[in-house]
Amino acid sequence: MKFLLALFLALASLPASAATIVLASTTSVDNAGLLSRILPGFTAKTGIEVRVLAQGTGQALATAARGDADLVLVHDPEAEAEFIAAGHGARRVEIAWNDFVIVGPAADPAHIAGTKDVTAAFRAIAASATPFVSRGDKSGTDALEKRIWRETTIQPAGQPWYREIGGGMGAALNMAAATDAVTLTDRGTWLAFGNRRSLVELLRGDPRLINRYRVIELNPARHKSAKLAEAHILAEWLASPEGQAAIAAVTIAGETLFNPGVREIH
Amino acid sequence: MESFLPIVGLSLGVSLASSALAAALGIPLAALLALTRFPGRGVLVVLVNALLGLPPVVVGLVLYLTLSRAGPLGSLGWLFTPLAMVLAQAILATPIIAALAHRALEACWRDYGRTMQAAGASRLRALPHLLRMARRPIATALLAGFGRTVSEVGAVLVVGGNIAGFTRTMTTAIALETSKGNLELAVALGIVLVGISVMISATVLVLTGARR
Repeated sequence: MKFLLALFLALASLPASAATIVLASTTSVDNAGLLSRILPGFTAKTGIEVRVLAQGTGQALATAARGDADLVLVHDPEAEAEFIAAGHGARRVEIAWNDFVIVGPAADPAHIAGTKDVTAAFRAIAASATPFVSRGDKSGTDALEKRIWRETTIQPAGQPWYREIGGGMGAALNMAAATDAVTLTDRGTWLAFGNRRSLVELLRGDPRLINRYRVIELNPARHKSAKLAEAHILAEWLASPEGQAAIAAVTIAGETLFNPGVREIH
Repeated sequence: MESFLPIVGLSLGVSLASSALAAALGIPLAALLALTRFPGRGVLVVLVNALLGLPPVVVGLVLYLTLSRAGPLGSLGWLFTPLAMVLAQAILATPIIAALAHRALEACWRDYGRTMQAAGASRLRALPHLLRMARRPIATALLAGFGRTVSEVGAVLVVGGNIAGFTRTMTTAIALETSKGNLELAVALGIVLVGISVMISATVLVLTGARR
């Protein structure tokens, strides 16, 4: 029993480490391996350990709004604006970008391969009733997909070919691979995904598919218990020449996962 | 994927700590229910058995809301730490250990209780003898509790956050690798997890002499 008590106390003492922050991040930057490859350099330099919570953008913002994270890294402009309007966020800086792509079976039943207009492609998917896997989880990817459907004025919800899974990007890709369906994915998760089967990239290059990642520092008036000073150091480092170089250096099979690019959003 | 041993170590540490906590709560509760009669006992028996089917994700959610900064125990800073995971799993395992140990002790008490009392033993004095006699079904109860904790993913994911190197367990790593499409790695992790579980069960059964 003494041993178990000691074990329990050892577990209890773990959270006490001082320079540790919680980064609520969208799954794509974590699943693609970006954070695990750049953060060790940051920790070595500053001594600040970063615990990454990989959640969809909606959940990451909700976690931070409850005070359970010190910094967020997300990619949904509308949800971010709401978060800041609600008084949770202070400074917002874009630190990287890549793009979304439509992936689907190589047989391409909707005939969208090589096209560049995402709304036309969505219309073709609906018209041909090609199975489409939707995240349905209020992530940044899900929000973009819903915006594109709104532009087409098609109501996909309830259609037999439209499958809303309420899961992460990886789960959506697994289902698309298993059922020869089409889905919208961020490039990072797609490049790192290991179970493609017959899935190939079908559409890329529409300017509406640019995918911008931003860090949001929390509002000190609302989040007094958050470790804002350490979070600020991380936000600054991500936007610094050193952090940007680290982001640009991460590749999978020769392809750059995330392009550097710093822009402060007001 | 980061190194493998810390994940196994955390899985075992969290499962063992939560099973121990659940045993420390569940076995006394089982003894109380088996050996004594008090008002509300019947309700408690029904409640303990009803909680056998406690959904992990609900436990995770309620504990999340409790330990969140915006929740009543937020100032402890336990959310997204192994401690929160231990608490969640202890909540899940306690009813299992209590219900199974209750049945075991109740049967022993029915068979030998009068003899013990006739020999002058109080209920409290009789308890160690009963526990020894019922050690095999109680070992099964503890293993069922451990099995619940080591295999559980819903609650630890919500309250632990699956943070690499800190709150990532075997089960959350398997879920993550599956979501990344690394199915071979996910299956390999699953085989290791089952292997560990089998080894622990075998050890406990050998120690309690319950091989038959």
